[in-house]
Amino acid sequence: MKICCLVKEVPDAAVTKRIDPETKRLDRSGEKNLNPFDTHGIEAAMQIREGGEVEVDEIVAVTMGPSSAVRALHKAVALGADRSVHLSDDALEGSDVCATGLALAKLLSSESPDLVLLGQQSDDGECYTIGAVVADHLKMPSLTQVIKIDVASDALTCERQAEYGYDTVEVQMPAVISVGDAINEPRYPSLKAIMGAKKKALDTKAIGDVGLEADQVGEAGSKTQVLGMNPPPAKQGGEVIEDEDTTETVEKIIAWLDERKLIR
Amino acid sequence: MSGILVYALHDGEGNFNKNSLGAISEAAKLAGELGGEAAAVVVGKVGDDVGGELGRYGAAKVFRAADVEEGLAQPIVDVMAKLIGEHGYSYALFGGGLLGFEIGAGLTARLAGGVTMEVTEVQAREGKLVALRPVLGDSAIADVAYVGEPGIIIGRLNAFDISESGSGEAEVVDVDVELSEWSTKAKMVTRGEARGEDINIEDADILVGGGRGLGEKDNFKLAEELAEAMGGAVAATRAVVDAGWYPYAAQIGQTGKTVAPKLYLAAGISGAIQHKVGMQNSENILAINKDPNAPIFEFCDLGVVGDLHKIVPKLTEAIRAKKSG
Ligand SMILES: Cc1cc2nc3c(=O)[nH]c(=O)nc-3n(C[C@H](O)[C@H](O)[C@H](O)COP(=O)(O)OP(=O)(O)OC[C@H]3O[C@@H](n4cnc5c(N)ncnc54)[C@H](O)[C@@H]3O)c2cc1C
Repeated sequence: MKICCLVKEVPDAAVTKRIDPETKRLDRSGEKNLNPFDTHGIEAAMQIREGGEVEVDEIVAVTMGPSSAVRALHKAVALGADRSVHLSDDALEGSDVCATGLALAKLLSSESPDLVLLGQQSDDGECYTIGAVVADHLKMPSLTQVIKIDVASDALTCERQAEYGYDTVEVQMPAVISVGDAINEPRYPSLKAIMGAKKKALDTKAIGDVGLEADQVGEAGSKTQVLGMNPPPAKQGGEVIEDEDTTETVEKIIAWLDERKLIR
Repeated sequence: MSGILVYALHDGEGNFNKNSLGAISEAAKLAGELGGEAAAVVVGKVGDDVGGELGRYGAAKVFRAADVEEGLAQPIVDVMAKLIGEHGYSYALFGGGLLGFEIGAGLTARLAGGVTMEVTEVQAREGKLVALRPVLGDSAIADVAYVGEPGIIIGRLNAFDISESGSGEAEVVDVDVELSEWSTKAKMVTRGEARGEDINIEDADILVGGGRGLGEKDNFKLAEELAEAMGGAVAATRAVVDAGWYPYAAQIGQTGKTVAPKLYLAAGISGAIQHKVGMQNSENILAINKDPNAPIFEFCDLGVVGDLHKIVPKLTEAIRAKKSG
């Protein structure tokens, strides 16, 4: 069985994100990292391989993005992927969810995976939707926010929490599964794996290589248009105290509770 | 016709989700401004009274696909894609929630329609809808327009107010849909299972909510001891319930319970929107979190920036001392 893990390069969580006022797109310069949610997808793939219920021939990390995105692929490989594929093309710039989903689906088609795994959301875009968009293009069943996967030869038993409690769903492969961060605790890559990551095969493709036309992606292929950006309405938080001396802090909390007659 | 098609989620017994009712209300209002109609889609076994029920919120029609099971997205994509194709609805609107995201995403692929998510407001401008969507951790609001049709709008939880503006009975139209081959490849084994012991948190006046900041399962005893000292109960976030630290029956939020105690004391909880919707109506909210930028500080009454492992045990002690003294 072949597993493809979709990964994305995102701004480091510690870096303040900003929108470029000119292009109205996310300013993607600055420190970058592998989307932390995607590390759970790679870990899930590794656990399927190590679980031994099915034979996993290959785990392939797949991304689309500018040339800097190779770093996210290196991280993914350090975490366990065997090789990686990068769709990189100037024409992709400015793709919305609709265009991104199509491009990723075409890229994945060229790999014919039995299972596609990805994180439930990206740290920057917070769209929660890419997995389901990709799945419909690939004509595969899909499920998002999965927190447990049991594999049998051609089907997965997945669990997730939905509006009315936990759902258990049986999904036939090939399938697209987006995983929640409760599914596993991603391992830390070994130093050896980090050092070796750059030596693993990395295939770079342009849109033409996966059968995409320039007008299907980027701004031309997008179906949404950002008209403008505005500041959010002012928020009104309550009183905030910093804990410097805990005894004092606790006294303040007690006084606050007392005032509201909450200690009886 | 500038109509809007809305998916109405229910629990399998015809009890509709309140975010779906909000979405129908919103669609009715917007459709009025656009000069079209709002129609609802329901799947599964729902009775004929659904017309009256959803009509109250402004649905002009209710499409019912009785043979399609509620709970999985892809068959519902088939239903909605067919209805949009046949009736020319310009927009599809979802009130948020897991299925709304999945169905909306599927429609985007199927119909090559633009999609926006986490939308907090929708405006009709010059005969078209514009979605307002917070981005970058809510530090800016993007105004997003659609190129072509349909436009797919997935609301943030509680974004749309419920309003019984409907004039009366919606017509119920039964639809027969042939499912795509891949839509039949996922099967619900069990739906809506409650896990862990059944504990009552709805009746407590004081709730101590524990989140991932507690660090590990065993540390829930910190929350339990504090709750006991205060005469309250313990609640939890999805992050810790999914991790198996605490029973599902104690979970607050979108996919858990909604509570409004006299005091909600959040320990090690970031305050994600899906948690907030379950506790924001508490009379008093006190938050202890070591990250001064945690969203919970934006909607609590008293915020304490610090390490809960230092603060909570001392607080428990102080409350015990006060009560006995
Ligand atoms: C469709 C969907 C439905 C969802 N439904 C729900 C739901 O019903 N209920 C729900 O709760 N969530 C729900 N979520 C998940 C939600 O988005 C958040 O992931 C979750 O609420 C986070 O839980 P948390 O606050 O415990 O963890 P985190 O977000 O990880 O926050 C932990 C917090 O603890 C703080 N902390 C860490 N250590 C310490 C310390 N020593 N002292 C003090 N503070 C510390 C951190 O600063 C951080 O702010 C849902 C998500 C989705 C996508």
